[in-house]
Amino acid sequence: MKKYLALVLALCMVFALCACGQKAAPEASKDATAASVEPAAELIKVGIINNDPNESGYRTANDKDMKATFTKESGYEASFAYSLKNDEQIAAAQKFIQDEVDYLLISAAGTSGWDSVLKDAQAAGIRVILFDRTIDADESLYEASIVSDMALEGKTAVDWLASQNLETYNVIHIQGVMGSSAQIGRTGALDEMVAANDKWKLVTQQTAEWNAETAQQIVQAVIDSGKEFNVIYAENDDMAKGAVAALDKANISHGVGKDVIVIGFDCNKWALEELLAGNWNYDGQCNPFQAAYIDTIIKDLEKGTAPAKKVVIMQEKGFDASTITQEDVDKYGI
Amino acid sequence: MASFKSASQESAAKRIGSFLAKLVKHQIFIPIAALLILVIFNLIADPSFFAISLDQNSLGNPVFSGYLITILDNASELVILAIGMTLVTAASGGQDISVGSAIAISGSVMLRVLCGTNSRPEVLQAPIIVAFLVCCVVAMLFGAFNGTLVAIFKIQPMVATLILFTAGRSVAAWINKNELPIISDASFGYYGNFIPGIPIPTPIFIAVACMILIALVLKFTNLGLYTQSVGINANSSRLNGIDPALIKFITFVILGLCVAVAGFIKVSRFSTINYSVIAKDIEMDAILAVALGGNALNGGKFNMGASILGAYVIQFLTTTLYKFNVVSSALPAYKAVVVIILVVLSAPIVRDKITETWKKLAPVKIAKEAS
Amino acid sequence: MQDGAILEMRGISKYFPGVRALHDVDFTLHEGEIHALMGENGAGKSTLIKVLTGVYSKDAGQICIKGSSGSVSIRSPEDAQKIGISTVYQEITLCPNLTVAENMYIGRTKGSLTHWKKINTEAGKLLDSLGIPASPTMQLSSCSIAVQQMVAIARAVDMECKVLILDEPTSSLDDQEVSKLFRLMLDLKAKGVGIIFVTHFLDQVYEVCDRITVLRDGKLVGEYVIGDLPKVQLVSKMLGKELDDLSGIQKNADEIYVGRTEVPVFEAIQLKSSANIKPFDFAIYRGEVNGFTGLLGSGRSECVRAIFGADKTTGGTIRIDGKKARISKPLDAMKHGISYLPEDRKRDGIVGDLSVRENIILALQVMKGFFRPFSRAQAEAFADEYIKLLDIKTASSDTPIKSLSGGNQQKVILARWLLSNPVYLILDEPTRGIDIGTKVEIQKLVLKLAAEGKSITFISSEIDEMYRTCSRLIVMRDRRVVGELRGEDLTQNKIMATIAGGD
Repeated sequence: MKKYLALVLALCMVFALCACGQKAAPEASKDATAASVEPAAELIKVGIINNDPNESGYRTANDKDMKATFTKESGYEASFAYSLKNDEQIAAAQKFIQDEVDYLLISAAGTSGWDSVLKDAQAAGIRVILFDRTIDADESLYEASIVSDMALEGKTAVDWLASQNLETYNVIHIQGVMGSSAQIGRTGALDEMVAANDKWKLVTQQTAEWNAETAQQIVQAVIDSGKEFNVIYAENDDMAKGAVAALDKANISHGVGKDVIVIGFDCNKWALEELLAGNWNYDGQCNPFQAAYIDTIIKDLEKGTAPAKKVVIMQEKGFDASTITQEDVDKYGI
Repeated sequence: MASFKSASQESAAKRIGSFLAKLVKHQIFIPIAALLILVIFNLIADPSFFAISLDQNSLGNPVFSGYLITILDNASELVILAIGMTLVTAASGGQDISVGSAIAISGSVMLRVLCGTNSRPEVLQAPIIVAFLVCCVVAMLFGAFNGTLVAIFKIQPMVATLILFTAGRSVAAWINKNELPIISDASFGYYGNFIPGIPIPTPIFIAVACMILIALVLKFTNLGLYTQSVGINANSSRLNGIDPALIKFITFVILGLCVAVAGFIKVSRFSTINYSVIAKDIEMDAILAVALGGNALNGGKFNMGASILGAYVIQFLTTTLYKFNVVSSALPAYKAVVVIILVVLSAPIVRDKITETWKKLAPVKIAKEAS
Repeated sequence: MQDGAILEMRGISKYFPGVRALHDVDFTLHEGEIHALMGENGAGKSTLIKVLTGVYSKDAGQICIKGSSGSVSIRSPEDAQKIGISTVYQEITLCPNLTVAENMYIGRTKGSLTHWKKINTEAGKLLDSLGIPASPTMQLSSCSIAVQQMVAIARAVDMECKVLILDEPTSSLDDQEVSKLFRLMLDLKAKGVGIIFVTHFLDQVYEVCDRITVLRDGKLVGEYVIGDLPKVQLVSKMLGKELDDLSGIQKNADEIYVGRTEVPVFEAIQLKSSANIKPFDFAIYRGEVNGFTGLLGSGRSECVRAIFGADKTTGGTIRIDGKKARISKPLDAMKHGISYLPEDRKRDGIVGDLSVRENIILALQVMKGFFRPFSRAQAEAFADEYIKLLDIKTASSDTPIKSLSGGNQQKVILARWLLSNPVYLILDEPTRGIDIGTKVEIQKLVLKLAAEGKSITFISSEIDEMYRTCSRLIVMRDRRVVGELRGEDLTQNKIMATIAGGD
C-alpha cells in the first residue's frame, strides 16, 4: 500500500515538474508556429535568446521589459528562448535562423562558441543585436551590442562616496562571485581609490557570492573583532541587506546622517525603498532595460541607418538617499 | 619499593597510552580534535575570541554577541541538515545533493502562503504556523519524491537528487511567479534572529530542539538500528523483517522535514528569499559534516553526534576564515586544505598509525618524566 | 631448507588485539604434494594463509621459498604472486561485473594495450582444458557460484604458480565438480606444484591429500602423513579431545511416525515463487525435523525461501495450524513464528558492521516493533545469554560480527532466531564452512529443539548430516520435488538414488 502511495506521490511530483518545466520553453514554439500559420508581412520577426528569467531579479526585470517592448502593437512578432547554457542557446539560435526571423537578439550565457552560428545568420540575412552580455566574435558579425559598463557603475558609486568628504574611509567591501563582470567592474573602482588615497582603508574585503547571509556573516565577523568601520560597500543589494542585518543586531546606526554609510547595487525596488527611508545611502543602477535601445536600433536599421557605434553603453544612474523620490523608486526599481 | 613504583608508573603509562589510543580510534575523535585545534588556534591568535558580551540591538532588545554566538547561530541550518543527511547516508549509502534547492522551494512556499498573491503584504495572509506546516508538507513531499526514486526505482541517490538539484531553484522562483516577496511583519523575523527579550539567537534554540528531538527519536524508536542495518546489508535486513525500501524512503522524508526547518530559519533571517543564492552549496557542507563526523559515506554505521559536531566545525572554520580576513579568491583554497587534512586524518589507515605511535610514545614520555 | 621442500614457514606468530591468532607455527610444503591444512574455526588456518599471501604482516618467524635464498618478505598479495604463491579463497574474490576472461587476466596484462580477442581465445582454451563450463565472454555474475569458483582456480593455475592455496574451494561445488577439481589438483601435483588444501570435508582430505598439518588455537598440533592418521584420530586432534562420536547424535526413532493425522504446524499447497520453482506441497508437524535435499541448484533453497516469503510467492496456499495465512514478506512469516537461517551467511545473514548484540536481537526487535526498542540492559542480557548458551567466541557483545570467525557468525545468526522463539525454524546450510565441533553442536541443538516441540527444516549439502538429523527428507531435482523419504527408506544409498533419479 505504502508503495503505491509513494508511486502516486512521485507521479504528482513529476507532473508538477513537467508543468513548470514547460512554462518557459513551449512559449517559444507556440509563438513560432503561430507566426508560420499567419505570416504577417508588416510585422518584424525577432528571435530573442535570453538567460533564464529565474536567474535573478535583474533578469526578471530584463525579460519583462523585453516582452513589454516587442509586442504586436509596436510592430513585432517576437519569439523567446531561455537557457543558462551556451550550447542550448546556440541551438535555439539555429532554430530561429531556420524560422527565418529578421533579427536575432542575444544575451549570451557564455562568451565563446558563437562564431559559426552568427555566420549562418549573416548568410541568411538575419541581423544580430547583442544585449547585456558581449561575446568573443568578430564585430562584423553583429550590428550592435548594448551593454552596461560595470566599471563605470563602480566609479560613479566611488565618486559619490568620495564626495561625502568623510575624514577617513574605513570600508567593509563585500564582493560578488569572484570573476563575474559585475564583481570585476565594481571592485576595480574601489581598489583604485583605496590604492591612490591614504584616507581610504579596507577593513575587510571578502566575497559573499551575492548571498545576503554570507554578507551578514562577514560583517558580523568584523563587528565581533571590534574593528572600526564607517562604510559598507556591497556589490549588490542582497549583500547590502545582509550587512545591514548585522549592523542592526549590534545596534550600529546606518543610513543618512548616521554612523555607517551603506552602498548597494542593482536598484531593486525594495532597496530603493530603503534609500527612501534613509536606511541606506546609495544604490548604483545596473540597467536591465535594454529593450528601448534595441527598439531604436531596429527602427533605424529598418530605415537603413546603421548605429553610429557598435557598442552602446547604457545610461546608468546612481541614487542618493538624500535626493531620491518615490517616482524614482517606481520608475527604476526592478 | 622502587621497582614497585616504576612498575605502577609503567602500567599507568600504558593505561594512559591505551586510553589515548582508544580515544583516537573513536569516531567522534576527529571532529572533537578539529574543534580543539580551531579553538586553540583562535585563542592564541586572539585571546578575546571567546568573549561574549550582552549588548542591545537596534530595536533596543538585549542580545548576546561574540564569535561564539555567531558561530552557534550561523551553524544552525547546517546542523539541522546534517541530521537528515546522516540518516539518508546511512540508509541509502548515498547523499542528497538537492537540499539547497529544496530549501529554496520550501522557503518560497512559506513566503507564498504568508504573502498570498501580494508580494509586499502589509499584514500576513496566514498564521506563521500554518505557513510552516504547509512548507513542511511540501518539503517532505519533495523528500518523498527523492526517496521514491532511490528506494523504489533504485536510482543512485546522487543521480536521483540531481533532478531536484537542477530544477529546484526554478521551481522555487515559479512558486512566487519570479517575485521576491518581502515580509514586513516583524514577528516573522523572530525565528531567524531574536525574540524580543531573549538575548540568544532563536536559530540556536531551534537547532538544539532538533538535536533533542533526534536524540529522543533514536532512543525511543529503532530508526538507528534499522537505517544502519539497511545500509550495511539490505538483504539481511529484509530477511529480518525490515523493509529496506520503506526505511530509505523514510530517511528522505525526514531529511525533507529538516529541509523545511532549515528553510524556515533561512527565510526568517531576512524575511525574504533570493532563489538563486539562498542556501547555495549547503548540500556540500552538509555532506562534509557527515564525512567529518567520520561516518562512512557509503552507508552503514553512523554517529549522529559526530555529524552534528562536524557541522559546527565547518561553521567554526568559515567564521575563523572571515575573522582572519583571508583574500576572497583564496578562501575556497584554504577551506579545501583544511578539509583535506581533516578527511585524511579521519581515514582508518591514518588513525591506526596514530594509534600505534601513541601507544609506543606514551610510556616512553612518561618514563622520561619520571626520571 | 629441507630436501624437496618448496616452502618453509618457521616460528610464525601473529597477534591481534586481545587474540593470539598464531603462535610459533611451523609449516612445510613439499614439491608435488597436496597438503591439507586442518583445524577448527579459529584454529589459525586462515591467518596462516593470510600471512603467507601477504594480507597480514607476521609478528615473528621466517618464510623460505625454493628459488630464493634466505627468508623472503611478503608484504602484499602482489609480492606473494611474484614469488609464485597463488590463492583461491573460499569467498569469491573476483569482479562479478567483468567477463570470465577479464577476471582471469585482470592485473596481469602487460602494457596499456590489451588484445582482448587473443585473451578471450586463450581463456577459452584454458577453460576447455580444465573442463569448466563457461564462455570467456560471459559476465562472471551470470555464472553459478561453482563456476565462479572454478574460474578463480583457472586464474590461479594460469599464473604458473609454485604454491597454490585452495581455501575451502569445494564448499559450494557438487560432487561432479569436486571430482573435476580433484583431477585438476592431481594434474598440477604431477607438474610439481605444491598445493595447500584447506577444507572441512574429511573425506576429501583422505581422497587427495598426501600429508596433513593440524592447527589448534593458533598452535601447531603436528604434521602427519595421511596413511598414519585415521580419520577419527584426525578429528580428535582437531578438537583436542577424544571424539564425542558422531554416532552420539541419534534421533529418537520412537518419535517418528509416518502419516500423522494431526494438523500440521505449517502447510503449503502448490506453493510457487518468483524464483522459478515448480509448485510444491509441503507440511511439517510439531516436533518434527525434516529436510530438503538435492544437488546444488535443485531448488531446495528456493523452496524454503518461498515458505519464508524471502522470494515473492506467486501462487499457492499456506496454512498455519490449519488456518489459511498470507505470507508475502519475511515479516509475515516471522509474525507466524517462522524463522529462517539463510544459506549465504555473508550476503543474507549477518549485518557486518553491527555488533554481535545488535545482530542477535535484530529479528526479535523487528517483531517487537519500530517504536518499542529494547533497553540497552535488556539487549545486553539477551546477547550474554545466547553468547553463553551457544558458546560464541567473541571479545564482547559489542564486537562487530564481521570480525568473528565463520562458525561463530553462524552461531550468532542461530542465536538471533532462537531468541525470537520460533514455532518453526528453517535452517538452510547451517553447517556450511564451519568446523566439525560446531557442526556436531548444531546438529545436537536441532534435535534438542525438536524434542522441545519445535518444528525444524534442516538443509545440508552433507547427506550424512541430513539423514542423521531428519526424520523425513524431501528430495528435489531440477527445481521439482521428486520424492519424499522417511523411516526405513532413509538410508544414504536410497537418498543418492532418489537424487540421481534412478529407482
